[in-house]
Amino acid sequence: MSALFEARAVTKRFGGLTAVHGVDFSLKEGIASIIGPNGAGKTTLFNVFTGLYTPDEGTVAFQERSLVGLRPDQITALGICRTFQNIRLFANMTVLENVLVGMHARTPLRLWDALLRSRRFASVEARNWARAWELLDRVSLGRSANEVAKNLPYGDQRRLEIARALASDPTLLLLDEPTAGMTQGEAATLMALLRKLVDELGIAILLIEHNMRVVMGVSDRVTVLDHGEKIAEGPPQEIQANPKVIEAYLGRRTWERARSSRAGD
Amino acid sequence: MILRAAVSTALLALSGLAVAMYPHSTLAFLTFQASLLAVYLARTPPWHRWGLMAVALLLMMPAIGAYNGYYLEVATQVGIFVALALGLNIVVGMAGLLDLGYVAFYAVGAYSWAIFGSPQANMIFGSGFPLAPGWFYAFLLVGLAVAAVTGVLLGLPVLRIRGDYLAIVTLGFGEVIRVLANNLDKPINFTNGPRGITPIGRPPAPFGISYGEFFYFLVLLIVAVVILVNRRLEDSHVGRAWEAIREDELAAQAMGVPLVRMKLMAFACGASFAGIMGVVFSAKQIFINPESFTFLESIGVLSMVILGGMGSISGVVLGASVVTVLNLQVLKGLSLWLNELRNAGVTVFGYNLANLPTQIEPAKYERMVFGIILILMMIFRPQGILPARRRQRELAQPTAPSEAAPPEEAAAK
Repeated sequence: MSALFEARAVTKRFGGLTAVHGVDFSLKEGIASIIGPNGAGKTTLFNVFTGLYTPDEGTVAFQERSLVGLRPDQITALGICRTFQNIRLFANMTVLENVLVGMHARTPLRLWDALLRSRRFASVEARNWARAWELLDRVSLGRSANEVAKNLPYGDQRRLEIARALASDPTLLLLDEPTAGMTQGEAATLMALLRKLVDELGIAILLIEHNMRVVMGVSDRVTVLDHGEKIAEGPPQEIQANPKVIEAYLGRRTWERARSSRAGD
Repeated sequence: MILRAAVSTALLALSGLAVAMYPHSTLAFLTFQASLLAVYLARTPPWHRWGLMAVALLLMMPAIGAYNGYYLEVATQVGIFVALALGLNIVVGMAGLLDLGYVAFYAVGAYSWAIFGSPQANMIFGSGFPLAPGWFYAFLLVGLAVAAVTGVLLGLPVLRIRGDYLAIVTLGFGEVIRVLANNLDKPINFTNGPRGITPIGRPPAPFGISYGEFFYFLVLLIVAVVILVNRRLEDSHVGRAWEAIREDELAAQAMGVPLVRMKLMAFACGASFAGIMGVVFSAKQIFINPESFTFLESIGVLSMVILGGMGSISGVVLGASVVTVLNLQVLKGLSLWLNELRNAGVTVFGYNLANLPTQIEPAKYERMVFGIILILMMIFRPQGILPARRRQRELAQPTAPSEAAPPEEAAAK
């Protein structure tokens, strides 16, 4: 079976800065993570995957269909949806409405349906509202359904973003630092939720994460970026032991000092 | 509940009586308008509220018009501006696209009937015009379609532009349409330039009613349809997509909202209301020229939307009514009254008003007073008179937690 999602030799430059350089990435199923120090190009890579940026070189394909040149909403319609590193909810809309907007690509209605209130409009709307409640229950936000999104506590806002992304029925869900600003406990709950989503809905998830405990606990595969290049890839245990990764995170000196001091024991 | 219903009914009846007794008192007519507002705002059962509104608008208002035709004209103008403001509300209030050239669509609609409903079209096609007055009804749809297409044409080049830049471009577009109307009398005479087009045909009024009543009822019907359309759009996938674009364009697109299509739809829907009212306007006035479609008109309609409450349908209706009545009646009445005081030589604080130099005569304050009212409103009630319920919460709390500076995302832009 070929990969669900495959990127080859992706390069993205901003003026003189090469943010991502020749990165290969592929994903079949389960949960994969991209880690790397600040400025390593993780979010840039996400933006290339979701069509916010066009890559300068390389190819991106989803279910063997090239995504290069497609608009973000077209990519969402194909089945890739994302959350944002800094939360980007529709702040003044209610929680339910946020989720309903997420269903836009899956709503087979035209302007006339809304104006004439056709029978199809009624049935599709009813189905959408029911699904929105279901999704909110899934991320345990059912009680806040009619709150305005910006009034939610931070952790709830992050979960709402996930529910909104799920509303578009994605096959692949991209989460940009979903646990940022969460306590260790909240992060663990969220990871359990992600695992459940993968198992129950059969979707694949790609994470960007800084929280190492989270990454190592939940991921099936980990990809490490540094200075826009992929420096390592593999199962979490391997990555944890990879000297290049440790160097990228802690710096060469520290790593060598640690090694020599350990050798001296 | 019963008390409220009785009070609002009595208010309406009394104010109607007042107008009948003093048909030339602006104050009596204002009381009537205020009681209409009271009927709408009173928390009475819907059947009572809408029944009273229907009685007031369908029976009392035409009756008042029989006493004083000018009041019916005021009501018709209010209706026209309500439809314009509701159209602009779709673009500015719902989709968040600031449009400063909205009156251009009104002009397009007005000229589409003006040209074909008058001998003007003979200048272009040779002969056979004006069209039979019955065509007016068909042109209501033509004006709607032409304005919608113009809306899409404006939308296409400016889709990549946001915020302030969009405002400037739409402002330019509004001016372009006005300047075109002003200058398209050569080489082929389309618009007759600054001299304007006249006489514009109007269909015979049905059921033997007067033209004043005919246009009043026509405008009322269109406003009813426009309000219905607005409500249905607001509460649908389309309205939610527009609001999502207003809230966060990038996130909306990432969630699957096709930006180009939805923005063009907003421009087209908003423009179509102005187009249809433009057709009515040109038939009602018999004469139009580019002076009716200046930048100030666009700003006027925008101020109605903002004053009433952006994104709130009832707020925008109220805003349009208040601003139109202010301009047509209250400010005019005020300056008339001040003039009377002056002519009577009344003394205020030991100063004889008759000695006022003509440069500062009261009629010249009208715009200034309107400006002061706008400023005060924006300071003390920035969310508008009847804000949309969600929007009210937005403006009450200026800083949202999610607006903190996005480090990597912002750098990536």
